[in-house]
Amino acid sequence: MSNSVKFRLNGAEMTYTENPAMRLLDALREGYLLTGTKCGCKEGECGACSVIVNGQLYNSCLVAMGSLEGAEVMTIEGFSKTERFAVLEKAYQEVSAVQCGFCIPGMVLASECLLASNPHPTEEEIRVGISGNLCRCTGYNSIVAAVGIAAQKGEGLW
Amino acid sequence: MKTISKAVPKLDHYEKISGAAKYVCDLPTKGMLFGRMLRSTEARAKFGNITLPELPEGYFFYDKNDVPGVNKVQIVLDDTPVFAEGIVEYIGDPIGLLVGSDERVVNQLLKQIQVEYEVLEPVFDPRESKESFFNVNIDKGNIAEAFANADKVYEEKFHTGLQEQAYLETNGLIAEYVDGKMTIRGSLQCPYYVFGAVAQAMGLENENVRIVQDVTGGGFGGKEDYPSVLACQAAVAAYHSKKPVRIVFDRHEDMIATSKRHPSYCTYRVAIKDKKVIGMDIDVLYDAGAYTTLSLVVLQRGVIGAAGIYNVPNLKVRGEARKTNIVPSGAFRGFGGPQTFFAVEMMMTHIAKDLGMDAVEFKLQNAAKQGDTTSTSGRYHFPVPIPAMTEDVLKASDYYNKKKVYQNQTGRYRRGIGASLVYHGCGFTGNGERDLIKAVVKLKKSKDGMVEVLTAGTDMGQGLFTTLNKIVSSTLEIPMEQVIVALPDTDMVPDSGPTVASRSIMSVGNLLMKAAKRLKEEWIDGEAQLIEQRYEHPDFMIPFDNDNFTGDAYPTFSWSVNVVEVEIDSLTGFIKVIGAWGCYDVGTPIDEQIVMGQMEGGFVQSLGYGMMEKMEAHNGWIRNSSFSDYIIPTAVEFENLHVMLHVVDYPNGPFGAKGAGELPNVGPAPATIDAIQNALDTTLNKAPFIAEDVMNFLREVK
Ligand code: FES
Ligand code: FES
Repeated sequence: MSNSVKFRLNGAEMTYTENPAMRLLDALREGYLLTGTKCGCKEGECGACSVIVNGQLYNSCLVAMGSLEGAEVMTIEGFSKTERFAVLEKAYQEVSAVQCGFCIPGMVLASECLLASNPHPTEEEIRVGISGNLCRCTGYNSIVAAVGIAAQKGEGLW
Repeated sequence: MKTISKAVPKLDHYEKISGAAKYVCDLPTKGMLFGRMLRSTEARAKFGNITLPELPEGYFFYDKNDVPGVNKVQIVLDDTPVFAEGIVEYIGDPIGLLVGSDERVVNQLLKQIQVEYEVLEPVFDPRESKESFFNVNIDKGNIAEAFANADKVYEEKFHTGLQEQAYLETNGLIAEYVDGKMTIRGSLQCPYYVFGAVAQAMGLENENVRIVQDVTGGGFGGKEDYPSVLACQAAVAAYHSKKPVRIVFDRHEDMIATSKRHPSYCTYRVAIKDKKVIGMDIDVLYDAGAYTTLSLVVLQRGVIGAAGIYNVPNLKVRGEARKTNIVPSGAFRGFGGPQTFFAVEMMMTHIAKDLGMDAVEFKLQNAAKQGDTTSTSGRYHFPVPIPAMTEDVLKASDYYNKKKVYQNQTGRYRRGIGASLVYHGCGFTGNGERDLIKAVVKLKKSKDGMVEVLTAGTDMGQGLFTTLNKIVSSTLEIPMEQVIVALPDTDMVPDSGPTVASRSIMSVGNLLMKAAKRLKEEWIDGEAQLIEQRYEHPDFMIPFDNDNFTGDAYPTFSWSVNVVEVEIDSLTGFIKVIGAWGCYDVGTPIDEQIVMGQMEGGFVQSLGYGMMEKMEAHNGWIRNSSFSDYIIPTAVEFENLHVMLHVVDYPNGPFGAKGAGELPNVGPAPATIDAIQNALDTTLNKAPFIAEDVMNFLREVK
């Protein structure tokens, strides 16, 4: 049995050979130097560490590296090169939804996962969709509006 | 809407949303030592021997004996030690700092350190504390006469609890000592506060201290005084180890060890004649925690606001901040205002109920008007737009209709609606700007016409850099791209004061506008130019007497009216906010969307303060030290939230702007509790009021 974990990170093949109990969050930030994924609590409560694994939103602080064999991991660094990001980015900008920004990479990935599964969400569905991501600055109205705008302007992308 | 108010893309938008922005925790750690604090496990104790495990090479432990300068953190008074000196005063009080190259090893070693304690009797309830830190009193008019003439006198007690700032990025800093110069960089609100504290603790000359702000993930006051403490500690380790030392808190440490909103106990006695308030006699008690930190100035704001927005001709306030053996409370957006405004707003609703009047009507009838005297016998120099704002909010929320319908409810779900009318004083209290801050700003123009804005102002998400850029570029009538606002570095920027007290736009922004006007007049193409602008005290202000606490405490006030509507499930106690409306007067917004974002964010924090965020120190232990047991709002709790701006130019602010950031943290909590008491058909006296409290209440009335 090999001790390595093969997975894809933002599209690139990776072979991970260190401690399989390491949190994905720590591996991303300390090992791969992808610091766009933030740490707000390390116990699955804040969503600042959100990443997309096989198309689903995960709190990377709760994912062990050993569980990633064959997985496709996307962080904000990878997502920010996509067309969908460009639409979300503009929408967030349009309503000034970025304040301190610490929750935002996670929030954007949560927005992406929501739209991927539901391209035309109602306001309530947006709120539920991002409810795993805490934001202490905005009060959420602007972020909810941004996701709504992205859904409209990105018609056909999701 | 003025042209300047039109929203522009925020300058830091892209780097933040793309994940490229570097917060202090994102900086490369190669060659750094990680630091972790040894904290007291006793609420009050003398301590003697500290037994360390054998430390591997390159691991060090530092404590009070290693502080090269003064072992005190400069805040308002210097009683907070950098490291405890023989006695610990709260659970979490820092005794020493362990540093080393591997964070995990540091954590393991830390657990093996043993401290010998001799336990002393702690005090947890400020009402039982014998140690008074500060007294602040107001004595206006003739209170004895007012009470003698009253038709009726009301007396009640109020209590508010701890609140945690819960910025998403925890406190964190890096200290580095190179060639005799100490550099601190990281997550902070007030570079020059940290500067003064580090110079004193390290015994360094000013030119050998440098403070740099990194991108900061929220502050809300929680990074006002606390980074001074942390910086001194990190500096000690960097000084001796000769390596950069990084300390970034985990959430638990941040919640148990950093400052919070002061718990309060207030007693109100109110004299009423002909349905008018003719006198208030108020005791305000704030629980300061173990050290004084910012309690004096927080208490001052609480005392000044104790009479609310009302015109109270006879007023006595006895304010006191007392010591207890829990983590020190400090700055939190609103800064002492939310506690007394909660008390006075609830008090007014209770009196109205007894008088058979609607609370809002009663409040409006007693509200101060332009020209009236303030609680400190100063003057409301500028318009008080409360009546118009109230009308707008009541209409939007359909307040009167709902109030009528929500009477005598008996079913499982009961609805209620409540309102609050509040202000926030803009800028530093009293003569602070003139005597303590003495702000200086600079504009530096390069030969090619780029204009650099040099202030110590920090952006922690509130959009200050974009706002200051707009003020300068609009005044100079040049594109925003031609103006640079960078993260402040004390080697480069003058001391324009701390980023606190809703002062940055009104005070710093105004200096920048003046500087920009001068630069525009003196502009010479192709030449480098430097303009310096210093604070001038507004001459219309009635001088503030600090000893008697009289005069203009603030040049002006920002006003707000809030309405909250709730539905309570009497089976589970669950409180659902079904609507929330706020109207805010912050003068002319420099950027409408930035201001809206500030108002909405603060609104939600205050709703949390009212009905969700409960933090308790149980025998000195902060029990709610994670996001699993300290619950802050998510996107689903307050979905029907409406913010309106009531725009009135403030003639002494840049483009008509005045203080904004803190205002929304004052009013929503009392409006929420008012709604809850309306739904439960009772009177309530404490915040937060959560589901558990609803259940206890329903059990009692049964
Ligand atoms: S850091 Fe993972 S949920 Fe907070
Ligand atoms: S923008 Fe600061 S936490 Fe969301």
